Amino acid sequence: MVTPFDNSAPALRVRGLRKAYDDVIAVDGLDLQVQTGECFGLLGPNGAGKTTTIEICEGLLAADSGSVEVLGRRWESDARDLRELLGIQLQDTQLSEKLTVDETLTLFQSFYREARDVEEVINQVELEEKRNSRVGALSGGQKQRLAVACALVGNPQLLFLDEPTTGLDPVARRQLWDLISKFQAEGKTIVLTTHYMEEAERLCDRVAIVDHGHVIAMGTPRDLIDSVDVSRLPPPEPRTTSATLEDVFVSLTGRTLRDE
Amino acid sequence: MSERIPFPITDEMARAEMKPFRRRPFMKRSMVQLTLVRFREFIREPEAVFWTFVFPILLAAGLGIAFRQRGPDKVQVGVVTGTPASAAVIQSLTRDSTLVVSTYDDSAAALALRTGKVALLVVPGSAKDSVHYVYDRGRSEAVNARLMVDRAVQTGAGRVDAVRATDTYVTEAGSRYIDFLIPGLLGMNLMGSSIWGLGFSIVTARSKKLLKRFMATPMSRAQYLLSYLCSRLVFLILEVVTLVGFGHWAFGVPLRGSLALLFLICVLAAVSFGGLGLLTASRARTTEAVSGIMNFIMLPMWIFSGVFFSSANFPRMVQPFIKLLPLTAVNDALRANMLEGASFAALSSQMLVILVWGVVSFFAALKLFRWR
Repeated sequence: MVTPFDNSAPALRVRGLRKAYDDVIAVDGLDLQVQTGECFGLLGPNGAGKTTTIEICEGLLAADSGSVEVLGRRWESDARDLRELLGIQLQDTQLSEKLTVDETLTLFQSFYREARDVEEVINQVELEEKRNSRVGALSGGQKQRLAVACALVGNPQLLFLDEPTTGLDPVARRQLWDLISKFQAEGKTIVLTTHYMEEAERLCDRVAIVDHGHVIAMGTPRDLIDSVDVSRLPPPEPRTTSATLEDVFVSLTGRTLRDE
Repeated sequence: MSERIPFPITDEMARAEMKPFRRRPFMKRSMVQLTLVRFREFIREPEAVFWTFVFPILLAAGLGIAFRQRGPDKVQVGVVTGTPASAAVIQSLTRDSTLVVSTYDDSAAALALRTGKVALLVVPGSAKDSVHYVYDRGRSEAVNARLMVDRAVQTGAGRVDAVRATDTYVTEAGSRYIDFLIPGLLGMNLMGSSIWGLGFSIVTARSKKLLKRFMATPMSRAQYLLSYLCSRLVFLILEVVTLVGFGHWAFGVPLRGSLALLFLICVLAAVSFGGLGLLTASRARTTEAVSGIMNFIMLPMWIFSGVFFSSANFPRMVQPFIKLLPLTAVNDALRANMLEGASFAALSSQMLVILVWGVVSFFAALKLFRWR
C-alpha cells in the first residue's frame, strides 16, 4: 500500500477493468497507471471504451469486475472524499442556460469543502468579461472553458477531461491547452481523452491507445512514434517528418471507419 | 504553489478539512445555492411565471364575471301568433318583467325552440280559454319557464292567488359560483405548479446530463431534491396570497376558517404534489416523455376532483375513488376551510389522503429515481 505522501504513487491505478452493457462489452480487461503530476491521454477510436473507462474512474459507473484506485482510495469506501478531490468535465453536459457564469460557478463551489475563489477561477479561464452573461449566450469555446472552470472550482487534485476540445476552433483549443498546462504546472494530475493526435502529442506526458476495451499501446508520445516501423507506413503523402502519433494510432487501430 | 496536502490521511485531518465547510456564510451553502438556482430558473422563464401567477387570476376573473349574480335570469319564451287567443296571451306575458317574449309564426317558432333561442314555446289554443306549451322536460330552465309562463297566463286571465305571499331577498357569500371556483383553482394551481415545476425541471436536467454532472460532485442528493420543495414552498406563499387575495378582494370570497389551517393545507398539498412531481420525473429521459406522464396523472384529477364543477355530479359508484384522489382531498379541504370554516379535526380524513399520497409517491420516487 502506497502512502498518500509518496509523490511517485499513482494518482490512478486501474487493474483488469471489465464493463459490459446489454449487448456489448465496452471495457474488457483494461489496465492503467497514471502517476501524480502527469498529464495522461486516453486515445482510441469511437466505441473503444474510453468514456466508459473514464466514467468508472469518476465513480459514475460501476465496473463489472476489476479494481480502480484513485488517489490511493477506492470508490466503494471513500466516495465522498473522492468527489471532493476530483474535477470532472463530461463529454455532453449542458449547463443551465438561464444561469450566469458567476451563478453557475458559485453553485458548483458550494458543493465543495475546500473550494477555490470563484473570482480566481473566472480569471483563470479568462471569462472575466462574461461573468454576468447567461450560459446560453456563450460561444462553444466559452462554454467549454466554463465546464473546465466548474471542474476546477472544487480545487481538485486530479482532473478528468473527456474530449475537452472537441468541436472548438483552433484559438479556443489553444486556450484550453494553456489552462491544462497551468493546472499540471501546479503538480496536479490530468487524465484526458481526445481524438486529436496533435493535442495528445502536445499535452500528454504519456498516452494509452485503447481499442476493443483494452490498452493496446502505452508510453510517451515519443516512444510510441519511434516504435512505428516507418517502412511499413503507406507511402503516398510526401512527409516532412518521419512519423507522427497519428501514424501510431492508425497503424494500431486500423484504417476502417467505425461507427459509435 | 499551495502547500496543501493532497488529501487527509487521518480522521483529525478529515475533520479539520470539514471546518471551513461548516463556517461557510449562509449564502454560500449548497442548500441555499441550489434553492436560489430554482428561483432563478423559474423567474427567468416568463412563460412559467405567467402560467403560475397570472393565468389563474385571469381564469378566476373571467369565470367570476361570467357567472356573477345578476338577479334572476330573464326567461326567453316564444309565442306562436295567428290564433284568436294570441293577443291576450302576449299581453299577459309582457306584463311579467322576468319574461322576454318573442313572437313567431309556426315554422319560425319550431326553429327558435330547436336552436335554444327560447326555452319554451306558447301555442295559444283555438278557443280563448286554452293554451298549449312546448318545451323540453329535461331542461330545468324550460320547466322553470313553464311555471312562470303559466302563472302569468293564469293571472292575466283573472286567477286570484289564494294565499298572499311576500319575499325577502338575501345573497349569501359562500354559495356563489366564484366561491366554489376559487378554492378549486387554488387546488389545481398547487397541483399544476408542483408537478410541472418539478417534472420539467428535473427531466431537463437529466436530458442535458446535468444531473450526471452533479453526481460527479460532492453535492448531496437529498439537498438537490429538497431544494425543489423549498422553492415550491416559497412560491406557494405567493400563489396562495395572489389567488385567494384576489378572490377575497375582488369577489368577496369568504375566508371563514383559520388562515393558519388554510396555509397548512396548502403546504401539505404542495409537498404532497411535489412528491407526485418527483415520481413523474423519476425515470423519464426526455421532456416529451414526462409531459405525457404528467397529463396522464393530472387530467383525471382536473375532471373528477371538482375544480370547475362539483364532483358530486359523477355516479355514486365512482365516488369512493374520486374521494381518494389527492386533488379531491385538497379541494374538499380548501372549500371546507374557506367556505364553512371547518376545523382541523373535521378535515383529518382529507389531510390523511393528502399525506399518504405525498409519502408514498416521495419514497417511490426515491426508489425509482434515475440520477444519470
